[in-house]
Amino acid sequence: MRPFEEILAEHGDVVMRVCRALLGTVDADDAWAETFVSAMRAYPNLRPDSNVRGWLATIAHRKAIDVMRARTRAPHPMADVPERISLDRAGDGPLERDDELRAALQALPPKQRGAVVYRYLADMPYAHVAAELEISEAAARRNAADGIANLRAHYSKGPSR
Amino acid sequence: MSVSDLFDPTPTATAQDDALRARLVAAAERDGVLDIVYRTIDSPFGALLLAATPAGLVRVAFAVEIHDAVLARLAVDVSPRILNVPQRLDLAARQLDEYFTGARRAFEIDIDLQLVRGFRRTVLNHLRDIGYGTTESYSQVAAAAGSPAAVRAVGTACATNPLPLVVPCHRVVRSDGTFGQYLGGAETKRALLEMEAAM
Repeated sequence: MRPFEEILAEHGDVVMRVCRALLGTVDADDAWAETFVSAMRAYPNLRPDSNVRGWLATIAHRKAIDVMRARTRAPHPMADVPERISLDRAGDGPLERDDELRAALQALPPKQRGAVVYRYLADMPYAHVAAELEISEAAARRNAADGIANLRAHYSKGPSR
Repeated sequence: MSVSDLFDPTPTATAQDDALRARLVAAAERDGVLDIVYRTIDSPFGALLLAATPAGLVRVAFAVEIHDAVLARLAVDVSPRILNVPQRLDLAARQLDEYFTGARRAFEIDIDLQLVRGFRRTVLNHLRDIGYGTTESYSQVAAAAGSPAAVRAVGTACATNPLPLVVPCHRVVRSDGTFGQYLGGAETKRALLEMEAAM
């Protein structure tokens, strides 16, 4: 079993990518650290043939969902995600754009969100995406495609960078 | 618009981000899931790897041992929950620096001898009593460890000492006065003994 430091060096970036796509910067840093702490706890018992990146992406996704749920329960929850992101308003800088993408990603149905996170953020093959979501590979492809289509629909008239 | 345009590019070097690492280390220690910390330091004898458990310094390794291989071995023998946390080894690093400059004659740091069992451990515990600037022969150490005939086993204990320098196996020499072998190289052993004799 490899020293955990190697796991951190190899997969730290992809875990952050998942966390940042779902959460703001401060929460993403926290979710990143908590993801690796959870991973360290379980690491000695990880099966040798495990897909480490997929394993970490799953933990990161769950941590991010925990944070999102905690926010929803908070007395002043984040503004509701609009049916469609408003498009032509003033101040559509990169930060607002990121916030809107995050909101859109959070608002996806869970399986679509999971498929997008695992396939496009963690770069996992569909076979692994399907295993993580406990659906067929065909369903994983469909959910990823639908999820991306939904995100694009929110974005199609958005400002381009 | 391609899919990659939707998301920010992958952040880079998060593992080298000091603030992020500090957050992870704090959380890992809070939850008791950090079993080994390590760092490397420069020395007159090349890079040294220092590794510690919560009980104390568990490993010192010369570059000739190949640090990545030493860490891989620790992952098997102790725990794979290993992180590079230099500041946790500041005390040991400072005392080794002082030793190399001649300013320190004895180490005052906790050590963890869990990698060593049985007679080898008895030997290493005795080595800690051999003072700065003095030497003992392998047969003297064997006698002191309670097995006068176990001279070869003393050699093995020295050759596999997980804490060279701190547990001073370099102070064990051949009965004919020659230096004998050393896991950091015979030249390193000679240099250490000459340095200690000159101080």
